[in-house]
Amino acid sequence: MHGRLKVKTSEEQAEAKRLEREQKLKLYQSATRTVFQKAGELDESVLELTSQILGANPDFATLWNCRREVLQQLEAQKSPEELAALVKTELGFLESCLRVNPKSYGTWHHRCWLLGRLPEPNWARELELCARFLEVDERNFHCWDYRRFVAAQAAVPPAEELAFTDSLITRNFSNYSSWHYRSCLLPQLHPQPDSGPQGRLPEDVLLKELELVQNAFFTDPNDQSAWFYHRWLLGRADPQDALRCLHVSRDEACLTVSLSRPVLVGSGTETLLLTVDKSPLAVEWRTPDGRTRPSHVWLCDLPAASLNDQLPQHTFRVIWTAGDAQKECVLLKGRQEGWCRDSATDEQLFRCELSVEKSTVLQSELESCKELQELEPENKWCLLTIILLMRALDPLLYEKETLQYFQTLKAVDPMRAAYLDDLRSKFLLENSVLKMEYAEVRVLHLGHKDLTVLCHLEQLLLVTHLDLSHNRLRALPPALAALRCLEVLQANDNAIESLDGVTSLPRLQELSLCNNRLWQPTLLQPLASCPRLALLHLQGNPLCQAVGTSEHLAELLPSVNSILT
Amino acid sequence: MADSLPTEFDVVIIGTGLPESILAAACSRSGQRVLHLDSRSYYGGNWASFSFSGLLSWLKEYQQNSDIADESTASWQGLIHETEEAITLRKKDETIQHIEVFCYASQDMDDNIEETDALQKNPSSVISSTTTKPLDSACLSEETHSLYATGHELPAKDTPKSDGEISLEVTDVEDTLAKEKYCGDKTCIHTVSDGDKDENKPIEEDNTDQPKRNKITYSQIVKKSRRFNIDLVSKLLYSQGLLIDLLIKSNVSRYAEFKNVTRILAFREGKVEQVPCSRADVFNSKELTMVEKRILMKFLTFCLDYEQHPDQYQAFVQCSFSEYLQTKKLTPNLQHFVLHSIAMTESSCSTIDGLKATKNFLRCLGRFGNTPFLFPLYGQGEIPQCFCRMCAVFGGIYCLRHKVQCLVVDKESGRCKAIIDHLGQRINAKYFIVEDSYLSEETCSNVQYKQISRAVLITDQSILKADSDQQISILVVPPPESGTCAVRVTELCSSTMTCMKDTYLVHLTCSSSKTAREDLESVVKKLFTPFTETEIDKEELTKPRLLWALYFNMRDSSGISRSSYNGLPSNVYVCSGPDCGLGNEHAVKQAETLFQEIFPSEEFCPPPPNPEDIIFDGDDKQPEAPGTNNIIMAKLDSSEGSKNLESPGKHLQN
Repeated sequence: MHGRLKVKTSEEQAEAKRLEREQKLKLYQSATRTVFQKAGELDESVLELTSQILGANPDFATLWNCRREVLQQLEAQKSPEELAALVKTELGFLESCLRVNPKSYGTWHHRCWLLGRLPEPNWARELELCARFLEVDERNFHCWDYRRFVAAQAAVPPAEELAFTDSLITRNFSNYSSWHYRSCLLPQLHPQPDSGPQGRLPEDVLLKELELVQNAFFTDPNDQSAWFYHRWLLGRADPQDALRCLHVSRDEACLTVSLSRPVLVGSGTETLLLTVDKSPLAVEWRTPDGRTRPSHVWLCDLPAASLNDQLPQHTFRVIWTAGDAQKECVLLKGRQEGWCRDSATDEQLFRCELSVEKSTVLQSELESCKELQELEPENKWCLLTIILLMRALDPLLYEKETLQYFQTLKAVDPMRAAYLDDLRSKFLLENSVLKMEYAEVRVLHLGHKDLTVLCHLEQLLLVTHLDLSHNRLRALPPALAALRCLEVLQANDNAIESLDGVTSLPRLQELSLCNNRLWQPTLLQPLASCPRLALLHLQGNPLCQAVGTSEHLAELLPSVNSILT
Repeated sequence: MADSLPTEFDVVIIGTGLPESILAAACSRSGQRVLHLDSRSYYGGNWASFSFSGLLSWLKEYQQNSDIADESTASWQGLIHETEEAITLRKKDETIQHIEVFCYASQDMDDNIEETDALQKNPSSVISSTTTKPLDSACLSEETHSLYATGHELPAKDTPKSDGEISLEVTDVEDTLAKEKYCGDKTCIHTVSDGDKDENKPIEEDNTDQPKRNKITYSQIVKKSRRFNIDLVSKLLYSQGLLIDLLIKSNVSRYAEFKNVTRILAFREGKVEQVPCSRADVFNSKELTMVEKRILMKFLTFCLDYEQHPDQYQAFVQCSFSEYLQTKKLTPNLQHFVLHSIAMTESSCSTIDGLKATKNFLRCLGRFGNTPFLFPLYGQGEIPQCFCRMCAVFGGIYCLRHKVQCLVVDKESGRCKAIIDHLGQRINAKYFIVEDSYLSEETCSNVQYKQISRAVLITDQSILKADSDQQISILVVPPPESGTCAVRVTELCSSTMTCMKDTYLVHLTCSSSKTAREDLESVVKKLFTPFTETEIDKEELTKPRLLWALYFNMRDSSGISRSSYNGLPSNVYVCSGPDCGLGNEHAVKQAETLFQEIFPSEEFCPPPPNPEDIIFDGDDKQPEAPGTNNIIMAKLDSSEGSKNLESPGKHLQN
């Protein structure tokens, strides 16, 4: 027909494509082979060959290594002019590779390496390159990473970089990298005097940032990046290292210490020094459960001399060298034990999720989040933030409300139900500890709280009576071994299958484990290490139904006077 | 030249408006021999764009009441056989009415005072004085060059005439229009330097103008006439609309370049404000409260897939969209934004139609930018020409200034066999496509036409000042009382290549209830203030000033059923002129429908083949050999513009 084009059929096209591909593959493979055969010869022909392959596939890390070796070699051989030309081609080549794959680890790394070696790198050009790549994909974190490197090398003022993050957030606020960069730049821009905790912002800056991020989550509450930044804004730096509690027991001739973070004492820099009545005493530190791993709680045996009754009192001081912290406690004559500890109520130990910012800021954040929650009753980020804000403000006052929000949150986010249960357990436990301390008792009631997990056990060093009944616990975890003063433990009506934590508890006398899921006597093995255990309730466990259980248990726990099955 | 035209074609298309041009491209692309004619000296018909002086000449043509003498019917009567009869076509275009021109810019340095006074008293008297002598043909052709000098920014921009395959009709060139718009490529090249010189002078003048608000005089506008590309119809391209899809699919996009509309505006309580419509806009908006942001985003997100949530609107299907919006907790400003600026519907439109319109708007967001619209650089008039070029690349033949006297119909079969042109040549074809305005009064005696009211303004400032003065904005001004039509305002900045530096080109459009001036003047008065010498220093003057204004009514021949035309043979198809809508969906739909009616088995504007896949006679083995072929040339010179269109989009929802 007139004017009609003759065009290859799709089969012909496919065949042509296939041949072309085959040809490409052949070239690629033969070039790769040649490079590997040349191993050791570091001349420009390697550069040429590798550039052919990397140009097609910039993610071939070995070849980038080849190139680095060659370039290092050539640095020594070439004149400065030749070298400059070489670097220029290399930079151009790198850019073309980045265009093939803007997220190539190898290529960005090679560029970093190259720029780091140049006597006079052109940082302005690199910044411009980053801006261009971020123009195309504002969330390319490889490029963000490189930009931070360049900005640091070129000493770009943080204010300029902040303005850059502004411009990208304006375009699309769903940008983790940009928000993250802000969190690095703002503390640099507004260094706080020594008094304030590290990484905090002055209030006016904080308020501006909060407004910005609120704009983001009111616009799109499902975008996580803004919520994460919000959390950072309100969060606080890690608490300072401290010795939370020191306890000396005359009976057990034992000193127990609780630290603000888990450490592995004895390894490298982490050492605990003990002085008794101002003279140092060498002791062996161990964890309550006997396992050598980082732990909040460490203890040591004391020699009889340091506990004798000749002096009116003994003073024990523990120095945590790495944490630059120490604590002292006194054991008076005639007393069984002595201790010294920081109170959870004073130190706001449990508010570490959110900051110690002025409560007015937190309060107004809570108001906005509640406003948003009214519009978006099912937004999980909003619900979670409300819970965290309430805890930061006043955990006990808001306890009831918090629990309701947890219920809603669990309903809208069933995928994370287990996580939420654990979080809720943690908060409830914290509240109970606070209540106990206000009441100034050593008895902790945690019954009927729907707990799924036990945490903060290192805070319970002094507790003598613990009630865990009617919860959803599946284990008494190893950390429970930290409760060195525990005398009575009730854990009826749970789903306990493991008793790893009920081990070497020196004062435990009575243990109730009715209606749990203990299905065989060997599970009770850890109890054998509790010297004073006299009464054990096991009614309503599967193992009770088995024949010969009583005999088996008597054999396993010979020192326990009465075992009720 | 004309008598060397071939006499046998498959398709003859009369009129170079958008639907005809798309059809021409589609037919030519599918292998038909196409003859594409236009009686005018320019492409596009009522879809055309003009330079400022070109527009003045166009106006003049309509104002000189039909003095073109009727050529004797006898000259072609003899060509009709006994078994045939003739359907005559219209001799004079009657689609434009009620033209009124107002010039507010000072006419000249010497006599400006008297002139402006005169203008205010009796504006309509200006017409004659504005369209006369100073524009002699010599000065026009000089300016021609400056246009082409800027053409390098747009590689594929040159008109179809420069393409080897298009036959060039340059007959008696007494009219300067033909020269200015479609001069041959030879003249363009060797006169580039002239153009540069031309450009430098006015820039110096600009610099000597010290006042903050640049004073633009009428003579400057005339001098920079070439900087203007004034559209007769004001339309925008929806980023996910049919026209964009067609441009991309057919690869015609390579012939044009586009700019994203930068702002959606609203007119509320006497103030112009920017409408936040994308996610980024809402995030950055300083005007909305947090809660408003959430409510607006929530509603917009719902609209994106409203069909999935019938529970949210089912109860309101009987209500109007505005009533529905009131139930959605939207604050009054948000309701206004959604109703007038996003859905762009009348208050009375139904809930479903409103949701549909809102969804369409939102769907188009983020494909090319933060608003749903694109505007073609150099004006909407470029688009029909792009399709013409495509047609020419595939062998279509073009003749402008070529009138058709009549259609020749075979009495027995009732089918049209041929046309007879103004030179008396008889040209045979199988199918005939005629634009509505070419049909005679007799053919159209039963047709009820609607009218479009249009205004074109040249102003000195944007209706909403912003950091950048290069904004392209669209604004819908709702009617003061229900029953009348909303007025659509499009404001173009100089970087759209449609107006000179320091001016804005403003288009107003609505469907007519009275004459264009009566329909639109109230909106013009709300937004602008006439330029006057005396007020120039007053600081409180915040509205942009009108330098020049044109009103006219254009016939809207869309939506007319074929059966309304009298006695059309079955193989004669009618394309309508521009419709009143914002997008180009009507034209594209019409072209596609007609094409499928004529050639049911052919694909509509398929993508052109890869150059490597084209098999040339006798060299199947080496397809990539000759670079001289038109198609390969066309492929190679693909423009930045087309690249632009293919870029993947980021959508409202991540």
